[in-house]
Amino acid sequence: MQTRISPAIDSETAADDVRLTARPSSVNLLNGLIGAAALGVMTFLYFPMGMVVLYSFNPDTVNSFPMRGFSLKWYGIMTQNESLQQALKISLLVAVCGTVVALVIGVTGALAMQQYDFRLKRFFERVMLLPITLPGILTGVAMLSFFPLLGIPISLTAVTIGHTTFLICIVLTQVYARLKRLDPFLEEAAADLGATPVQAFFRVVLPNIRTALIGAALLSFTLSLDEIPVTFFLIARDNTLPIEIYTMMRRGITPEVNAISTVIFALSLLALLLTVRYGERETRPIAGA
Amino acid sequence: MLRLPTRFWLLFAPLALWMVAFLMLPYARVLVQSFYTVDDFGLLQPGFSLDSYRRFATGPLYYGTLGKTFALAAAVMLGCLLLSLPLAYYIAFKATRNKTLLYTLIILPLWVSYIVRAYAWKIILGEEGVLNSALRYVGLTDEPIRVLLYSDVAVFICMVHIYTPFVLMPVYTAFEQIPRALVEASKDLGAGRWTTFRKVVFPLSLPGIIAGGTFAFVLSLGDFLAPILLGGPDTLFISTIFQNMFGTSNDKPLGSAIGIVLLLVVLAVLELSSRAEKRFSSLESARA
Repeated sequence: MQTRISPAIDSETAADDVRLTARPSSVNLLNGLIGAAALGVMTFLYFPMGMVVLYSFNPDTVNSFPMRGFSLKWYGIMTQNESLQQALKISLLVAVCGTVVALVIGVTGALAMQQYDFRLKRFFERVMLLPITLPGILTGVAMLSFFPLLGIPISLTAVTIGHTTFLICIVLTQVYARLKRLDPFLEEAAADLGATPVQAFFRVVLPNIRTALIGAALLSFTLSLDEIPVTFFLIARDNTLPIEIYTMMRRGITPEVNAISTVIFALSLLALLLTVRYGERETRPIAGA
Repeated sequence: MLRLPTRFWLLFAPLALWMVAFLMLPYARVLVQSFYTVDDFGLLQPGFSLDSYRRFATGPLYYGTLGKTFALAAAVMLGCLLLSLPLAYYIAFKATRNKTLLYTLIILPLWVSYIVRAYAWKIILGEEGVLNSALRYVGLTDEPIRVLLYSDVAVFICMVHIYTPFVLMPVYTAFEQIPRALVEASKDLGAGRWTTFRKVVFPLSLPGIIAGGTFAFVLSLGDFLAPILLGGPDTLFISTIFQNMFGTSNDKPLGSAIGIVLLLVVLAVLELSSRAEKRFSSLESARA
């Protein structure tokens, strides 16, 4: 159906593709209009990021047009910023802990929900969507109001629990969807051949949902690194990366944030490409053969 | 009551316990708290009082702001749909090569940090920002246009930018799933492009359009960062008031009541939209 992308090579041709069709064709004006509109929207989506990347090389302190020269100084300043590095470490710590716990609880929960029928199944299926669909600000304040009653003060622990809660939902919905599509007879066959449920899981189910797991893990990790609303209410002293950037922004615009943003953008791009790569392999196991 | 094997409980218990302790009870706490009152020292007084809800319903500041937030969310939803439809249509029906790449390009912004994207608008729209200095450079204006940043317009632009990918995805998927034979058939029967779009493509993709629109609407209803970062000094949305009640104003009962109202609004929107989706997906299920 579609060809596997190889991003480095295809990016140029894609730009050509858009540009070519955006040229008003004499055959059909409407086609041209649609193409132009599509190109316009694409530009709107990417223009802001492009500006951030461009101005991260700005030698000036002000982000004004036109840029006067080219400089890597903000990248240098960025690497000197200790609170930023501290924030990055904290973010990574929270994201790793959250993702690992979310994978364990999310996968076991998905297995339970897929293999058994129980009274509150429908209810739980809906509850699982709440942290994803409800405004993060509500979840954040709810946690802020209740965690101290559980003996969890506002701290990094609270932040990690908060992140893990919505990450579990991400993992669960993704893995649950994949499990539903899996042939139910696979496990039976494994059992017939003498495998214990644990063996059947590790030897038969796990390899089949592997890509869903990788995808869910990458998505969880990225979302945790980016999360603000919940973190905002549960954080004490140590800032996560987005909160640190937010604080820097509130103090006034410093071009240093351009450099940080560019690095984060590059990392997001990498995470997405990895996901697309692994996701691709999974969506068409037979069609490709 | 439930006769399920130990294995089920081993698998299910961690999930159930986690969700009850860290999600449902916190929300229950907000509900309970919304019936509390605050004494003269700003301390929480347990009880059952509808005072907070009464204050919400009688204070124009509160319900008015909810109304304004609603209007913004609706505008953002329309803006996102307006941008999504042509791009999704182009990729689904017109792009011949590099479909996967184009698709990756429309979902990439979803992976890019919210704070980074909001910041981008700050450097573009700022008084000394890219847009203002470019306009001055070209000679279109002498004075920087101040309304660009720290205004409702800035909040709107930023939200449309941030939530468009959430709409693009379901709309594109819906377009992609339409059998090409139906489109061909419509053309064979003499329908023009516009008629084909209006009578075939659009109705068949309604579930995706509704789902995407709902995403944009609900997400912008609860967004509190764009107003803080790009809104003006008197830009007030329901999330800003909600947040203030837990901070500077320290009126947790009223804050909780606002939260519960917002929660109900969001749940109602989600319910309505899922009904609408089901209603319009009848054609799709008939095909399957």
